[in-house]
Amino acid sequence: MARHSIVCEGLSKQYRIGADRGEMMLREALVRAITRPFRKPSEDELIWALRDVSLEVGEDEVVGVVGRNGSGKTTLLKLLSRITYPTSGSVQVEGRVASLVEVGTGFHNELSGRENVFLNGSIMGLKRREIAEHFDAIVEFSGVGRFIDTPIKRYSTGMRLRLGFAVAAHLFPDVLLVDEVLAVGDAEFQQKCLDTLHDVGQSGRTVLFVSHNLEAVESLCPRTIWIDRGWLRMDGPSREVIASYMEETTTGHAASVDLTEDAHRSGGREARFTRIEFLDAEGRPKDVVQSGDALTLRLHYHAERQVRQPYFGLILSTEFGALVAHPNSWTDGLEVGSIGPGDGSIDLVIDRLPLMPGAFPITLWMNRHSDSQPIDHLDHCAVLTVKPPERDLIGRILERRTGAVYLDSHWEIPA
Amino acid sequence: MNLREIVRSRELLYFLVWRDVKIRYKQTLLGVAWAVLQPLATMLVFTVFFGNLAKISTDDEAVPYAVFSYIALLPWTFFAAALTNAGNSLVTNTDLLTKVYFPRAILPASTVLAGLVDLAIASVLLLPLLAFYGITPDATILVLPLAVGLLVLLALGLGMFLAALNVAYRDVKYALPFAVQLLLFVTPVIYPTTIIPEKFRYLMALNPLGGIIETCRAAVLPGRAIDWGQFGVAAAVTAVVFAAGALYFHSTERRFADIV
Repeated sequence: MARHSIVCEGLSKQYRIGADRGEMMLREALVRAITRPFRKPSEDELIWALRDVSLEVGEDEVVGVVGRNGSGKTTLLKLLSRITYPTSGSVQVEGRVASLVEVGTGFHNELSGRENVFLNGSIMGLKRREIAEHFDAIVEFSGVGRFIDTPIKRYSTGMRLRLGFAVAAHLFPDVLLVDEVLAVGDAEFQQKCLDTLHDVGQSGRTVLFVSHNLEAVESLCPRTIWIDRGWLRMDGPSREVIASYMEETTTGHAASVDLTEDAHRSGGREARFTRIEFLDAEGRPKDVVQSGDALTLRLHYHAERQVRQPYFGLILSTEFGALVAHPNSWTDGLEVGSIGPGDGSIDLVIDRLPLMPGAFPITLWMNRHSDSQPIDHLDHCAVLTVKPPERDLIGRILERRTGAVYLDSHWEIPA
Repeated sequence: MNLREIVRSRELLYFLVWRDVKIRYKQTLLGVAWAVLQPLATMLVFTVFFGNLAKISTDDEAVPYAVFSYIALLPWTFFAAALTNAGNSLVTNTDLLTKVYFPRAILPASTVLAGLVDLAIASVLLLPLLAFYGITPDATILVLPLAVGLLVLLALGLGMFLAALNVAYRDVKYALPFAVQLLLFVTPVIYPTTIIPEKFRYLMALNPLGGIIETCRAAVLPGRAIDWGQFGVAAAVTAVVFAAGALYFHSTERRFADIV
């Protein structure tokens, strides 16, 4: 076997959560020091993001990393790239490391595309000479073309993404750590990312690829590791690991998902989503959702105070991140009126679910009417798992992914 | 905080300085004139109120208050801006801290160095000002780079300390503007050190900024002796402040990404 470029031993990382986290004011720290001088943070204020992970990755290996949201995948990448440091254990990474936790890190709106390429490139660790050398190739790759001297605040989201990824594609590191870059952008962009990763992998470099796109992981990576609640659950050939992972994550379907603890939220917070329920036409909890079913998504919320005329939206996407549907109460003509203070709920009623079997991440939001700013925005807070319809008696639909939309259609031969 | 790594990342330092300078004057009507306008306007107001009305002495009949205060306002304006920007440099670049690895000290350092560009621009105005009053600096002006070097070290040391503290305690963000305002009055910018009674001078010496500013004045103005004792104390205090700031920064930088 070739030399190892990544060696971790007993890697653990503990985070503090709750009151101790983030912007503590000096006053609180002083009060705490005076009132509870010898108190150690209690166990429930600490979480292990990663526990005792030992891992060796060879010089020319391309390894996939799978696991649920919050299982510690990103923490692992951050430890490998020295953005953060382990609580215990050791990390050793040989050669130049590039971590793509996102693309376009440090992009500044006021600067032109050209200026941002140099800025971002140097943030990612390139020398000015190297950026200049690859500059034309980067512009070509991004497809930004004649807008390269325009301030990027005039760019579309897609253009920014492509420019950011174009720089990333020309980093030529020894070790490339990729975190879910593919969750953004359109299908074409995602394909481009995958092709680039494939090329990097082929060129004998070490790649660690974190993704929810299991299909991409399987096709890019011969080996996959599965991280589950901080532990290294499984490490082996991708096909086997992904099969076990799929088996555990897609069996059963919680008819109700608690959202109060979801960390991936943003917004003004005067109201928050607390729960999403999957119900059938009669309002009973629905454990199994099948293509073509009647389905009601009941969104529960809690409002701290009265909120006037909020509007609600729900984004359904594929596992690959492609947008499937984005209904919202305003365009659908529902006047919500005022909500709160207190608990309430709103239903999204789907008569016949037009989705093929598969897993569809759900993003929820509610916005203020006055300034269209988010009150609460929950990224990928639940997954709608769709099973094959009853009529698929012979299991053909289950066989292979056949698009996202379940067409209300049938075949016939004209008389 | 590995010195070798910082040297290796000097191009990133350069790009961040360049970004700061570039962005500061984008979409402004007056552009780089802002760098001059701030100390110039302050000097005019000071000259009217402190020079003409309050008649604060400049130690030397031949030195008009306008020149006396402008020479002090150049390092002062730099220091005030550098301290504020460096102190906030980590929390305003949260996305960089949590997404990429690079030597963290680059962030406060880049804001301080970007301030030097403003200082250089604002200093150009000193030439016509000196010419207008017929003042020709003598050889002591060669000491000026030494004083500016010390000024940068002081801003950097204190800036690193405040930046690291700001990550954990956002009090810094609120306290900084207020502290800078107070600092102006305990530093000989408006007045010369000599108006302070002899027996309290040692207290003033603890503020190294005073020694640095007085040295700047003595370096530019002819016939004003450099107080090497005062400068030496300022240099010693600056060295301590810089070492303490760098040490505190180094001991906390591993946690920045976790708690910012």
